[in-house]
Amino acid sequence: MDIAIKECILAIVAIEGARAEGGGCPVFLAKNIQEQEKTSLYLARILGGVVHDLENGILIICKH
Amino acid sequence: MEKYLIAVLAGIISGFADRWLMLRSDYRYYPTYPHAYFTHLALGFIAASLGAVAIPALAKPDYVAVTFLVLAAQQFRDIRNMERETLNNLEKTKLIPRGNDYIEGIARVFEARNYLVILTALINSGIVYYLGWQYVFISAPLCFMVSLKMMAGSHVGDIAQIETGKLFFDGSMLRVNDVVIMNVGLHADREKILEEGMGVIIKPIDDNARLTLDAPGQRMAIIHDAVSILGSKVDMSETQFAPLARKHIDKGYLAMFLLANEPDIDYLIEIIKRVPVLESTRGTSLNSFYGRKAAD
Repeated sequence: MDIAIKECILAIVAIEGARAEGGGCPVFLAKNIQEQEKTSLYLARILGGVVHDLENGILIICKH
Repeated sequence: MEKYLIAVLAGIISGFADRWLMLRSDYRYYPTYPHAYFTHLALGFIAASLGAVAIPALAKPDYVAVTFLVLAAQQFRDIRNMERETLNNLEKTKLIPRGNDYIEGIARVFEARNYLVILTALINSGIVYYLGWQYVFISAPLCFMVSLKMMAGSHVGDIAQIETGKLFFDGSMLRVNDVVIMNVGLHADREKILEEGMGVIIKPIDDNARLTLDAPGQRMAIIHDAVSILGSKVDMSETQFAPLARKHIDKGYLAMFLLANEPDIDYLIEIIKRVPVLESTRGTSLNSFYGRKAAD
C-alpha cells in the first residue's frame, strides 16, 4: 500500500497575495491569469493533484 | 453399459455444459483472463462429477459415499474467497476501481454457479437413473434455461431510465443538467471536457431503484463497466478527468460524467442499461410496510 495525503490542499496559487494569507499551506503568487494557470498546472502535475477554482482569483491544488 | 455409469456420465456432461454456458455470459468480468476460464471450467467439471454420482450412490445404497459428497461440496465455498482475493489484488492497480460491492457480487455469483452445476448434474443423473437416458435430452436443456435465468439477475436498465444530459459549466462548476459534478480549475481542462465529455442522467423508476442507485458501490460498478468498454482519459496522478456519478439530492436521480476514449453517447447509454444491479446495494424499502407508506 502506498500512503498519500488525501483530501488536502497541497498548494495555493493566487494573484493577490493578501487573499491567501496565513495557514500552513504554500502560497505561490502569479502576475496574471495566464501565469496563474500555468503554475497551477505544473504544480498539479508534479504533486499529482487536481486544480480547483475558488472563483475569487485563487486556484488551489487538491489531492483526492 | 451399466445403468449407473450412463447416469453418472449424463450428469457430468450436462453439468459441465451448464458451467460452460454460464461462463460465456460473463464477458464483463473476464475480458482478459483465459486462465481463469480454464480454472472455472475445471471446477465446473468437479462440481458436475460431484452432483452426478450422488443419486447412483444413494440408490446403491452407499451412505458413506453421500457423506463424503456433502463434505466435498463444502469446498466450493472457497471459490468465493478465490475470486474475491484475485479481484481485490487487481483492484490496487486499477485506475478506475470496481469497488468492493461489485467484487463481492462477482465472487458470490461464481460460487452460486457451481451449486447450480451440482444441481443440474444431480437432476439429470437422477432422471437418467430412474427414467432412462432419452429423457436427459428434455431435462438438460430445461436445466440450462433455468440456470441461465437464475444467473441473469436484473440490470440498471430495468430499474432506471437513462437519458442524455447536457454538460456545461456554471463558473468553474461542471454540471450535468441541474446536478453539480465537480469543480474544474483550469480553462484548458474545461474546454476539453465540453468538447469530448459525455453527460448521462440515470432516473430511478421507484423508491427501491433510488436506494439502489444511491449506493456508492452501484455507482462504482456503473462507472467501471462504462470505462472498461469505452475507456477513460484518467492517467496515474492525473485525476482531473475522473468519471463521476453524483445524485440530485432532492430529486434522487444520478448524473454521470465521463470523458471517454470513444465518445459515443448512444453506446454509453446501452452499456449503463446492461450494468448488473448488485445484490449488496439492492434497495428494498418498498418491501417494508413503512417504506411503502412513506413512499406515497
